[in-house]
Order: sequence, then C-alpha cells, then structure tokens
Amino acid sequence: MDYEIVIGLEVHTELKTRSKIFCGCSTTFGAEQNTNVCPVCLGLPGVLPVLNAKVLEFAVRTGLALNCRILPFSKFDRKNYYYPDLPKNFQTSQYDLPIAVDGHLDIEVNGEARRIGITRVHMEEDAGKLVHAGTIAKSDYALVDYNRTGVPLLEIVSEPDIRSAEEAKAYLEKLKAILQYIDVSDCKMEEGSLRCDANISLRPRGESKFGTKAELKNLNSFKAVQKGLEYEALRQEQVLGEGGKIVQETRSWDDSRGVTVSLRSKEQAHDYRYFPEPDLVPIVVDPQWIEAIRRDLPELPDARQGRLVEQYGLSGYDAGVITASRAMADYFDGLVAAGAEAKAAANWLMGEVAKHLNASGQPVEECPVTAQALAELISLVDKGTISGKIAKTVFEEMWTSGKTAAAIVQEQGLIQISDAGEMVAIVERVIAANPQSVADYRAGKERAIGFLVGQVMKETKGRANPELVNRLLREHM
Amino acid sequence: MKITRQDVEQVALLSRLEIAGGEAEKFTGQLNAIFGYIDMLNKVDTEGVEPTAHVLPLKNVMRPDEVRASLPREEALANAPAREDGFFKVPKILEG
Repeated sequence: MDYEIVIGLEVHTELKTRSKIFCGCSTTFGAEQNTNVCPVCLGLPGVLPVLNAKVLEFAVRTGLALNCRILPFSKFDRKNYYYPDLPKNFQTSQYDLPIAVDGHLDIEVNGEARRIGITRVHMEEDAGKLVHAGTIAKSDYALVDYNRTGVPLLEIVSEPDIRSAEEAKAYLEKLKAILQYIDVSDCKMEEGSLRCDANISLRPRGESKFGTKAELKNLNSFKAVQKGLEYEALRQEQVLGEGGKIVQETRSWDDSRGVTVSLRSKEQAHDYRYFPEPDLVPIVVDPQWIEAIRRDLPELPDARQGRLVEQYGLSGYDAGVITASRAMADYFDGLVAAGAEAKAAANWLMGEVAKHLNASGQPVEECPVTAQALAELISLVDKGTISGKIAKTVFEEMWTSGKTAAAIVQEQGLIQISDAGEMVAIVERVIAANPQSVADYRAGKERAIGFLVGQVMKETKGRANPELVNRLLREHM
Repeated sequence: MKITRQDVEQVALLSRLEIAGGEAEKFTGQLNAIFGYIDMLNKVDTEGVEPTAHVLPLKNVMRPDEVRASLPREEALANAPAREDGFFKVPKILEG
C-alpha cells in the first residue's frame, strides 16, 4: 500500500537572556556543576519566582516572526511529573493560554513551496542535566547538575503538516534561521540550545484520519532529525505492511546504530495534571507594545532572500543559501557595501569562503578574512590586476596570514601580465615548443588552443591574462 | 463527578504514593464526599463570568533581565541526602 507520512515537530529553544526565567541566576553554558543555582531554581520551600521581562519580549518577538497571534491574556501552569532533573517535581510551563498561537512558516523542498502551520509558542523553564556514571543501564545512581534548571525555553509546536523527513529538516533549518535573525537564541544543537522531538505516523494515501503516532526523541542534529524520521517511516511501513499495529510510544533515535528503539517506562500515558501556577500572576500584553515589537522586527530570511534576488539579480537558490543564516547574509551585505559586485560576492561567499569555513569548522562570524578585505581582493580581479586563478591563491594566503590582498600581490609579484609586448615573446616561445598542438589547431581542432593557453599560464605561473593569451595565440599561429 | 478506586490508584501511582491495603477504598469514599461537595459549584450559573486565572488582582509582575549572585555550591548542596563531586546524587532512574 502507498502510505503518506505525517510529521509534527516540537522544538525547544533556549533564549539568550543573561539570567534565568524566574530568578537571577546566570544562564552561562558550561559553568562548574551546581554553581548557577539558588533557592528559586532549586525549588526550595517558600520561594517566589518572578518572570524575567526579557523572556516575555523574546516570546512575543518569536510569535510575531512566526506569523502567530499573540494572546492578550496568558498565564503559567504547572506540569507535574517526577524526574530528578526537575527539583520541584513540576515544570513551570504554559498550558491552555500560551503566549502565541496560529502561526506558520514557509519552506521549499525540491522546488515545491509548502506552508507549515505553527500551533503554538509557549514559555517554560528548562530542566537540569543528568550525568550517568558508566552507561545508563548499568549505573545504579545518577548525578544531577541543576545549572540549566530555569534557563528560559520556548516550545514551538508545529501542526502535523510535514510530509517527509526532508521537509522536517527544511522546517527546522528555516525555524533556526528565523530565531537567529530575530536574535532570541543561539540555536546551537550541539550545546542543546535547540532541541527537536518529532511525532510521526503513517496513513494510507487519500485517508484523512491520522494513524497512530510514535514520538521520536534524542534527535540531536539536523542530520539525526532527517535520518531518524526516515528510519521510523520505514519501520512503521513495514509493521503496517505485515498487518501489524503501531503502538503509541516514545522511541529514541540511536545515532550510532541508525535505529529507533522503544523507551519503555512504568509511567502511564502522559498525565501531567496541569493546573494554574499560583506563584505567578497572569500576563496581559498591551497591543501597542506588540505593534512596537512588530515594527522592530528585522528583515526575515524570506524577505531578505527576495531582496537579494530583486536588488542584485542573484538566483533564488543562491539567495536562499546566503540568507539561510543571518551571519552569512550580513557578510554578503558587507561585501556589497564595501564595493564588491554582487554576483562575484555571492560566488566568493558560496565558493572559497564556505569551503574554508567548512574545513576549519568556524562560523562565518569568525571568518579570518573580513568582508572588507575580501571586497578588496574581488576588486583586484575586477580591475584586471590579478587573474581569477591567482585570486584563489591570494585568498588562501589572506586566510592564513591575515595580510591584505594588495600586500600579498605586491610581495609575491602576482600582478597579471596584461602588457601585449611582454606576452608576445612568451606566446612565440610556446608556439615554437609545441609544433604538434599548433598543427592540430591549424587542422581545425579548436581544443588544441586550450592546451597552448595552459602552457602559457604555466610559463607565467598563472599571471597571464587569459583573454590576452587567447588572442595572441590565435594571431601568431 | 464520580471518583473510582482506579482513579485513586492511578493518582497514587503518578504521585509516587504507596497505599496500604484497604486505604484505596477509604480514600475513594473520602474523595467522593469532597468532590460531591464541590459539585455544588457546578450548579451555579457562571454565564458571562470570566474564568479565574489567579486569585490575586495582579498582572504583569516582572523583573529586569539582570544576573544576581547564586548560592555558593556548598550551601546549594547542604541539604542533599547524597552528593558526589559537586553533583546531587540520586538513585538509579531507568528501570527494566
């Protein structure tokens, strides 16, 4: 049977506030265990949590960037469950009146545009971290670090509108880009500041009722999200194909084995017994304040992509790659502002810059070659001072030494030979040394000229102007 | 609303409470008496009355995003029944 895959994603993102959501403890990542804790986030008796105003602002900004409606009246609730990463035995979250609802974001996969609904965005506190001595299964105790307890989180829940693992990845990438553009989260999956759980089910194509879903956890990278969902879709298809039934359960993605495994638990089906948090008072947002935040939203990825296409004539694909991260798009705008021609800037950014950043594992913010410095290099190529080929060598040198393009060209004598007089002698020498290729060219083999151009380039160590070489060779044969 | 013995056992399980033999029956009866009393409220006409989200007439109580000193780790761990290397030490978590 032909099945349709139905996926909904729950994303948790840590907000980049200085202090925690309900107390003044620092949110710094990587501090010594249990040093960023206080009576409030440890859940000691008699304490009173107070909402961090920045968390509300970030939540509203996120809701607006995701095209949500901001609820004028919102409140916190207690979600009750027992796990040692939660010192209070409940998580302060939002249940029936989340801060933002009914939004969407647009993705494009294989040239097809899709709109994915956003059910809700709500504020909550993060839990602590468990450290197991040895493996989880074998250890007879666990160690708890509560530094992360109370770090502000947004939970962003999508509608079950996603139809493939690839779409899930595209949704997550777009969501990450938006969160970074609006500067509310670092979105570092490797540090856990962006986490993703997925609900996935299958149904016969054409059926409108949803099938039984499994919840996937432990998807710790974009690749894991895609691979885990691909695996789980296949697993479910196999179970259904054999006439079996899908059990509603939580499954964990095992990245090293490439499989999902059932997480059996004695806990009954989710029953969190939510009730209103009596220690926190309701939030009533002023519509004028919401409009002020809306006005202050920066240009978002889709708009920026459109602008690059419109303003600079870049292809939709190129503009999409460049605007996928705000830092990349800022670097591009920096190149253009420094005088680089837009298409050359795009090619350099997606070519040499991306290649070097990938190899060194650095984010574009830490690129050793600044946009200003690269723009100078591009202008040297533009003016014909150096060839495009030499420019790559110069870039390499700029990357490692931090010197300017002009200084490197000067020091190493890389200036392109554009003087016909100087070139003629070299061209004649190459013609004399390669009678066979010359004969081939004269016999009508156009390709032979390529070899001869190459020989001239070799003689000049790449400094010859290729157009000039081409013209001179033809003239002298 | 009628509370059944299963409800009581379920809540006890979720709350990690051990109920000795016979207690479930007793609690079921007691809870039914309490819920029966509360049920009187359901007879009140609440048409047009805003649901109560909080008993205090307050809203938007917030603090600025400023870091304040945390507890010294020794104090944070002072009441922990067990600790190791600056961590709280807790019993094994996953079963089976």
